[in-house]
Amino acid sequence: MRAPDENKIKAGDTLLSVENVSLSFGGVKAIRGVSFDIKKGEIRAIIGPNGAGKTSMLNVINGFYHPQEGQITFKGVKRAKMRPHVAATGGIARTFQNVALFKSMNTLDNIMAGRSLKMHRSFFWQLFRYGPAEREEIEHRRVVEEIIDFLEIQHIRRVPVGKLPYGLQKRVELGRALAMEPELLLLDEPMAGMNLEEKEDMCRYIIDVNNHYGTTIALIEHDMGVVMDLANRVVVLDYGQKIADGTPDEVKANQAVIDAYLGVAH
Amino acid sequence: MAQNAADKGVDTFPKFLLVNAKVRGDRPAIREKDLGIWQAWTWAQVKEEVKAFALGLKELGIERGDKVAIVGANKPRLYWAMAATQSIGGIPVPVYQDAVADEMAFVLQHAGAKVAVVENQEQVDKVLSISDQLPSIMHVVYDDPRGLRDYDHTRLKWINEIQDLGRKAMESKYSGDAWEKMIAEGKGSDIAVILYTSGTTGKPKGVMLTYDAVVISSQNANAFDNLTEKEEVIAYLPMAWVGDHIFSYAQSYVAGYTVNCPESPETIIEDRREIGTSYAFAPPRVYENLLTLTMVRMEDAGPLKRRMFHYFLKHARKWGEKILNKEPVPLGARFIYWLGEILVYGPMKNRYGFTNVRVAYTAGEAIGPEIFRYYRSLGVNLKQLYGQTEAAVYITAQPDGEIYADTVGKPSPDVEIKIEPNGEVLFRSPGVFVGYYKDPEKTAEAKTPDGWVKSGDAGFFDPKTGHLKIIDRAKDVGKLNDGTLFAPKYIENKLKFYPNIKEAVAFGDGRDYVTVMLNIDLVSVGSWAERNNVIYGSYQELAAHPRVYQMLGEHVAEVNKSLSEEGPMAGAQIKRFLILHKELDADDGELTRTLKVRRGFIAERYAPLAEGLYNGAKEVDITTELTFEDGRKGMISARVKIEDMKTFPPAAAPMDQAA
Repeated sequence: MRAPDENKIKAGDTLLSVENVSLSFGGVKAIRGVSFDIKKGEIRAIIGPNGAGKTSMLNVINGFYHPQEGQITFKGVKRAKMRPHVAATGGIARTFQNVALFKSMNTLDNIMAGRSLKMHRSFFWQLFRYGPAEREEIEHRRVVEEIIDFLEIQHIRRVPVGKLPYGLQKRVELGRALAMEPELLLLDEPMAGMNLEEKEDMCRYIIDVNNHYGTTIALIEHDMGVVMDLANRVVVLDYGQKIADGTPDEVKANQAVIDAYLGVAH
Repeated sequence: MAQNAADKGVDTFPKFLLVNAKVRGDRPAIREKDLGIWQAWTWAQVKEEVKAFALGLKELGIERGDKVAIVGANKPRLYWAMAATQSIGGIPVPVYQDAVADEMAFVLQHAGAKVAVVENQEQVDKVLSISDQLPSIMHVVYDDPRGLRDYDHTRLKWINEIQDLGRKAMESKYSGDAWEKMIAEGKGSDIAVILYTSGTTGKPKGVMLTYDAVVISSQNANAFDNLTEKEEVIAYLPMAWVGDHIFSYAQSYVAGYTVNCPESPETIIEDRREIGTSYAFAPPRVYENLLTLTMVRMEDAGPLKRRMFHYFLKHARKWGEKILNKEPVPLGARFIYWLGEILVYGPMKNRYGFTNVRVAYTAGEAIGPEIFRYYRSLGVNLKQLYGQTEAAVYITAQPDGEIYADTVGKPSPDVEIKIEPNGEVLFRSPGVFVGYYKDPEKTAEAKTPDGWVKSGDAGFFDPKTGHLKIIDRAKDVGKLNDGTLFAPKYIENKLKFYPNIKEAVAFGDGRDYVTVMLNIDLVSVGSWAERNNVIYGSYQELAAHPRVYQMLGEHVAEVNKSLSEEGPMAGAQIKRFLILHKELDADDGELTRTLKVRRGFIAERYAPLAEGLYNGAKEVDITTELTFEDGRKGMISARVKIEDMKTFPPAAAPMDQAA
């Protein structure tokens, strides 16, 4: 369940690199000359205080924002501009800071929606749900059911997601992203607003996704404990600039990071 | 009532498996919902799976008499682990999956399990965390490989690997009918299973049951309710509990019926609905939850639906049970009930998964009569039984057509019951246990040399119905000075059944007669006061109001009347009662944190009142300290009236001694 050119990039090789990227909205410089890379198979965390440009960075990576300067290399292909749906077909999936699901559709349909890019039969065939279209749907349904089983959400299969508690909605959103069988999964604050138990569950699922599917994960998170436990490497942004990059322990000991988080006496 | 199968030498579950694979090889033996679809295995397929599993275990070094622990939720492969172990002469020891590591360590250590077959990573972690206390464990075998890929696999094995091991052995070492020969070596008198009782006090005890005990109990139960291979049951209660062992394993193997394993613990209600179980078992809280869920959902329903629901429910309450019991019912009532079946009862039973239910049981604790009647009025044949691990479940059960909310039924086939002078229920049957594993002392305490087992529960045979009634734990039952049995909880529960009475405390052990202290229920009595223009300024004032005394007096009289009709309880009628001037409160130590009354403490704390109840006083003054919600203390004084009650002569019904 990987993209066809998977063999080219082995675990540990660079999957995506961001080179010297700058992004500004009018006069506001959101990102200033940031470079870092994401290696295949790792869990990479992007952290930083509020307004550091983390979400903007994620939006640049999946092509939602177009940086004025710099370039992004994904699976060896350089690009400056990319549309989000191209990123999606290319194997980048994401979840959002504020859950973005189809509220009145049930869990199953929401996750099924994540498969739509993988449906190849024409509209005509799908309309009648006949022959090849039916076989295709059954195959997709199997993948979706495996994800439901994986995330242990069987009991809400038929429940409209709008009725679900927040923690479960987040899990459904993760499920929808997984349905794309991404190579790179971008998680924007997957644990925001969760209680301790839900956070622990979510951590477990993120580690399992990484382990089981071998998916590379880039995540933004505020909870430092979570980041330090989960991530292999951490990049720290502050005011749009990269101030540190390294293993959790290195980053923790970095004076610039401590200053950014705790403030400096002037 | 032992059936032919046992006579033909089919006396162990592996032997039943061979029979089922031959006689009904194409019928589904077990199903599991996986990836949203019910997957079924036929008896013939189960036989093959169990065979491979069994020989794999044999290859791991399991010998005759070795113990295999089984830990996890109800999964087909864990049930197969049971049959596989038994087929090579091992003894399965199912363990509660939610036990914390320490509890599990005790059981695994005590049983000396050589292999632990567990469900998933959670259980693997638990077993590994205590592995230094478990020198006997050679291997841990797991069902769900998720998350376990990177674990050290020297002693850890996936079930599939074990089965592959078994299949390989089939080709060489154990070719032909080697496995069938191993099964043939098993005898009915061998130990089939060791079930550890959860034991609220002290360490768990391992109850050893023989194949004979479990097989005969199962055959009797199947015959009692005419269960056939066509039944569908859902397995969702802990595998370590004797109930699940009998319902989802033993009875299924004996009758050949289908067991269904739910997708996850949260989907049981949905899964039950999809399967449409025909034979159901659940503790009272399950029925209670279903009912609560219905009532909550109905509050959200549209006005038309709500009115329809309440109208037909009222009708069902009036006639439903009579129709179920096949009593004469007027045609008009039958017609409306028929209409209700189409509009309300049918759809609701469908929701509950009870559409096809022929027999449903509840046991374990007393079920609220309201809840019990609700299901019966819908046409669900809900019955009660009384059982224990030591009896392979069945001690008594209610036969069809003889259903009462407050009894546990008549002795099950082949079961003898006698009541000790202290009220304790003793039973003897082919299903009783051999003894507690490695604990002859406890065994001797519980079992007499001639086979009678002390249940630890006190009860009596209801002279009206001939059914057994369980009243209390035997150790809590006392005696009046004239020797009459005094079961405080039984009397208190009867009183608390009235909405106006919140708490009741009964006294009588070592006294001349029974007295009670009552607490009014402020919500219920308060709303009554409002409706009846009774004016009061405080709890204390309301509690002491003459009309409240009068009303509660009527309740006590009704309880006395019902006690007088219950043979041995007739002498324990309430002679005097009073209404306490303050609410019993856990903060004052009068109730436990689980809201059980602490009789001894209350008697001490309200000593003047307790004295007054027995010295004939009409009024007693009392001052008590009380704790406010914020922790401050205060004093409250009151003059409490004590009311005398009339008692009824015992109803002259012969004591029905069942054999």
